[in-house]
Amino acid sequence: MTPGAPAGTAPADSAPADTAPVDTAPAGTAPDTSPADAPPAVAALDTPERRYRMLRLIRSFEERALGLVKSGVITGGIHPYIGQEAVAVGVCAALGPADRLASTHRGHGHVLARGLDPARMLAELAGRVGGSNRGRGGSMHAADLRLGILGANGIVGAGAPIAVGAAWADRQAGSDAVAVAFFGDGALNQGVLLESLNLAAMWRLPVLFVCENNGYATTLPAGTAVAGSAVGRAAAFGIPATEVDGMDTEAVRAAAEEAVARARNGGGPAFLECRTYRFEGHHTMERLMKLHYRTPEEVAAWRERDPLPRAAAAIGAGRAAALDAEVDARLAAAEEFALASPHPDPAGAADHLYASGLRPRAGAVA
Amino acid sequence: MRLSYTKALNRALADELDTDPAVCVFGEDIGAGMAGPTLGLLDRFGSERIVDTPLSEQAFTAMAVGAALAGRRPVLEFQIPSLLFLVFEQLVNQAHKFSLMSGGQSGVPLTCLVPGSGSRSGWAGQHSDHPYSLFAHSGVKTVVPATPTDAYGLLRSAIQDPDPVVVFAPAAALPVRETVTWDLAPVPLGRARVHRAGTDVTLVAVGHLVHDALAVAEELAGEISVEVFDPRTLYPFDWAALGESLERTGRLVVIDDSNRSCGIGAEVLATAAEEFRLIAPPRRITRPDGTVLPFAPELDRALQPDREQLRHALRAVMK
Repeated sequence: MTPGAPAGTAPADSAPADTAPVDTAPAGTAPDTSPADAPPAVAALDTPERRYRMLRLIRSFEERALGLVKSGVITGGIHPYIGQEAVAVGVCAALGPADRLASTHRGHGHVLARGLDPARMLAELAGRVGGSNRGRGGSMHAADLRLGILGANGIVGAGAPIAVGAAWADRQAGSDAVAVAFFGDGALNQGVLLESLNLAAMWRLPVLFVCENNGYATTLPAGTAVAGSAVGRAAAFGIPATEVDGMDTEAVRAAAEEAVARARNGGGPAFLECRTYRFEGHHTMERLMKLHYRTPEEVAAWRERDPLPRAAAAIGAGRAAALDAEVDARLAAAEEFALASPHPDPAGAADHLYASGLRPRAGAVA
Repeated sequence: MRLSYTKALNRALADELDTDPAVCVFGEDIGAGMAGPTLGLLDRFGSERIVDTPLSEQAFTAMAVGAALAGRRPVLEFQIPSLLFLVFEQLVNQAHKFSLMSGGQSGVPLTCLVPGSGSRSGWAGQHSDHPYSLFAHSGVKTVVPATPTDAYGLLRSAIQDPDPVVVFAPAAALPVRETVTWDLAPVPLGRARVHRAGTDVTLVAVGHLVHDALAVAEELAGEISVEVFDPRTLYPFDWAALGESLERTGRLVVIDDSNRSCGIGAEVLATAAEEFRLIAPPRRITRPDGTVLPFAPELDRALQPDREQLRHALRAVMK
């Protein structure tokens, strides 16, 4: 297996055929309704309708996933993206097919907005062989190198230098690809993120740093953890830094498009601080824990700024309802696919540990 | 040709850079060649491939992960073995785990080169560690060449490997020179080398301690027939070759510059006890538990495995 050229062997299952796309996709992209076992293509997010549809896909995907966590189909837990959808959709709308992204522990929105098939993603969350990572990664490690998804990540801030490295390699190869590093306000206090800002700035690398400031590092308010400001930190490295309303898909997209265009043309990295909010808890365990670090009033005030109604209003209620129905059907089929996909054989638990095929010794002598 | 250990590493890097355009080198002061192995590479291959980095070990190690996923084969040079503790996150959590966590989408073909690992006689607690067992424990492919030709061959194989590999070049082995009358070639990972055949005791020696093992084996030749077994790769370990050697000797001594608890020496003894034929209780010579090498030369030496301990252990297993 060569790096950057993932295994061609598809899992045994295949996703159900999906509904027809709402319209024709531009060159180099595909509608986000492509069948799961076709070669994946990045999601087309070039129209307000497609962006709305993706917002809804992420929202409904997460709601469905919350239900599957509750019913025990998804073990462990997830970090729901609900409330932050405008960031993933706005940023990914600014990307081209060769671009890459590094995601976070709260990564479902990023990978879906990039084009990862929700059927594969849901199967991954359920730990099935039909999952995007063959059931080996789960929620926090979803990756698809064919889509430029370098991986969600379980370590806060860890994806940023990986994105910087991919951007370096792509530039050396003569590509004009841009790499996006998604991270939260918690990552602003990881040293490796600051190192990454410096390296990207010194070497003028095509990296878009996207800080999703949802106000809390788990339960710690950003106001009690971040000295100075996010954009101030980026500006200290000479990186153009902009604050954006992270609840407004079109504002995020406009800012991201400007930053991506500049990076693509050799203008170096950029930094967006998207002010956003997660409507759910940090992770699914939180529902059981009765924590009081946010007031109900604060949550309600942010829910008033939900990005979906705004995007729906832009395309009209009738069109939005039709797209909602399309997404529902797609996700129903995705769930059917995920639940029908086999559980992995325990005999293969150590499969894929080494790309060289090395088999580790067993934990007991026969 | 007279080949030094450092020159061997330098040639391996140059040959890989020459052969494969995907290979590049990241590290501190590598343009100037401060540590030795990268001397002259900047002039020959340019700053696009020989990349001097700021002092940001964690970021440039993770950058290598990203570059590897984008099709490159980065080599990282660390001037100080203790820097590996800083980048354990990037090497284990990110580079090593990616293949499994991604369901086999890709390995992460990066190589860490640590020229001058272990004690450097006088550089004290934060420059003198030898943490190869930590990587073997984590499942990262780990090699510790003892000789210049093995250093050349194993570094080339490490760079060609599709998974992360850490290459320790012990400070005490760097002065070793070898007369080479054959073409240098890659040495496969995971294959041990028997430097000296013997029938009484299998002496497993790691890295620079291979040379101490050979000297003591010669010294005791009239008394004990010692087989000097150099695993070369600590992970994956060549258990089959060790089993064959123990089949001949039935006795085992390990000399290993790890801390005692959970060091590779402990693993060799445990595996031999479980799986192979032993006719005498085995012995290992290691650093003490939890070693921090003190500065003063007498104290630094006092905590490292030495030849007197080795003589004693070899005689003990013969009793």
